[in-house]
Amino acid sequence: MAAPLINIKEVSYEYEQTKALDRISMKVEEGDFLAILGPNGSGKSTLLKIMLGLIRPSEGSVELFGIDSKQFKHREWIGYVSQKSNSFNSAFPATVQEVVAGGLAKKAGLFHKLPKNTAQQVEESLDAVGMKAFKNRSISELSGGQQQRVFIARALVAKPKVLILDEPTVGIDVQNVQAFYDMLAALNRERNITLVLVTHDVDTVTDRISHVACLNQTIHFHGFKDQLHMMSDEKREAWYGHSVRKIHHTEGSHTHA
Amino acid sequence: MLDAILSYEFLQNAFASGLIIGVIAPLLGVFIVVRRLSLIADALSHVTLAGIAGSLYLSQSVGALALLNPLYLGIASSVMGSMLIERLRSVYKHYEELAIPIILSAGIGFGAIFISLAEGFSSDLFGYLFGTVSAVSRQDLYIVAGIAVIVLAFIRIFFKELFVLSFDDEYARASGLPAKWIHFLFMIVTALVISGSMRIVGILLVSSLMTIPVATAMRVAKSFKQTIWLSILFGEISVLTGLVAAFYFDLAPGGTIVVTSIAILLVILAYRKISLSKKRGAAA
Ligand SMILES: Nc1ncnc2c1ncn2[C@@H]1O[C@H](COP(=O)(O)OP(=O)(O)O)[C@@H](O)[C@H]1O
Ligand SMILES: [Mg+2]
Repeated sequence: MAAPLINIKEVSYEYEQTKALDRISMKVEEGDFLAILGPNGSGKSTLLKIMLGLIRPSEGSVELFGIDSKQFKHREWIGYVSQKSNSFNSAFPATVQEVVAGGLAKKAGLFHKLPKNTAQQVEESLDAVGMKAFKNRSISELSGGQQQRVFIARALVAKPKVLILDEPTVGIDVQNVQAFYDMLAALNRERNITLVLVTHDVDTVTDRISHVACLNQTIHFHGFKDQLHMMSDEKREAWYGHSVRKIHHTEGSHTHA
Repeated sequence: MLDAILSYEFLQNAFASGLIIGVIAPLLGVFIVVRRLSLIADALSHVTLAGIAGSLYLSQSVGALALLNPLYLGIASSVMGSMLIERLRSVYKHYEELAIPIILSAGIGFGAIFISLAEGFSSDLFGYLFGTVSAVSRQDLYIVAGIAVIVLAFIRIFFKELFVLSFDDEYARASGLPAKWIHFLFMIVTALVISGSMRIVGILLVSSLMTIPVATAMRVAKSFKQTIWLSILFGEISVLTGLVAAFYFDLAPGGTIVVTSIAILLVILAYRKISLSKKRGAAA
């Protein structure tokens, strides 16, 4: 069996004062559409940053594609859409086309120019997120939701095998959230892109995801979303601090392993 | 004017250096502005002042150094300053901006001490503070040209990485680009541009040649590449107009160059306002 794309082994992480993650172990297999759920401050973004190698675990280790994260060289296989898409400079003078082409920088390699067919690749990935018509627009003129789609196109342009998204629908208006998740589900189905998603839109995503992880410093549940209802009330309590409503799921949408 | 340039070597030096920094200062300035590092440019120029003043003092007091071009020590201190800023920024993680006033005052402090230690280089010093048309030597020109080669090579080689890093540095790191290294090189190149441009625009006004043309370009450019080309265009117009005015009216070129660049900025702002209100008028 092929190695899991992401294998987190006994990972703990502490910021200067705060313990954010406590001995987390989890695997993400090829083709998974995993939603990581948890209250604010439960360590979701921290866990994603560890997967991405942006921060190193205080304890434990991470394997990517079967290779220890420290030795892993193919970061372009892992696309990333960060939590605050507004962490970028919102008045930046660049076109959508230029921003998306930036997604090819790592793949092209240091000391190499962007490939000749960059424009075409950019156009394809903008098409995949329904933003082709905007390619010559200035990034700062777009709405939050449109910018978010552009950032997904930037992540897609290098043809990643895994896409990691941190609360991607923040700033997208409610009517468009459905369409947004449909787009992600299509990427997962049609291009076999493995998705790891942090979100609060529990009701909207459940129909589309395959796996759920419930995080609050430790993993309280990780498995097929169909099994989530078997989580005990005490466990739920421990996870969210207060009882939450059971998550809806569609029976039999996924076969059990 | 052309006759004068062709017949006087000092004018050739000044104009050739001016043409070069009219390209490299705004070119690097685009990255400085979008990365919000304009204040760092200011701090580095004051550190350059310390190096220049120190060198002028040494060349007075140590016979062997009498002929040393002050630019060398200026460049050295600017590069050192850029590394110190980076060091301080990591020490004061949560107060990164503190590094700037610390380095800036250190630069002025050392500068003031060297200036008061030495006697009688006030005219040289004036040239370093506000730029000069008449005192640019052939050697200065060669140094500026050397710096330009380094800057152009750096930007050409790392353009795509610099772009991604400037737009979103977390993304740059997440995608595995050597963001730290490129930032480090960027700081060194910035230090070089500042000390190189200083001969013409002066220490006190270097950062404005790196920022005002960019601020102007950003009002009209539609893309990042256009921002770069327009910044260089506006920078070049400012430098040439400023140098000519400085030569004819015997003024400090730093002043005339910066005032020209501000005039261009105002024209562009006014033009934008008029064309916007015309659009609205047409729509109404
Ligand atoms: N840069 C940081 N420095 C110190 N503490 C942090 C930092 N980032 C996050 N934390 C803390 O770590 C915990 C987990 O944060 P985070 O992973 O961002 O949670 P989530 O994404 O689930 O809201 C929180 O208690 C938060 O305050
Ligand atoms: Mg978060």
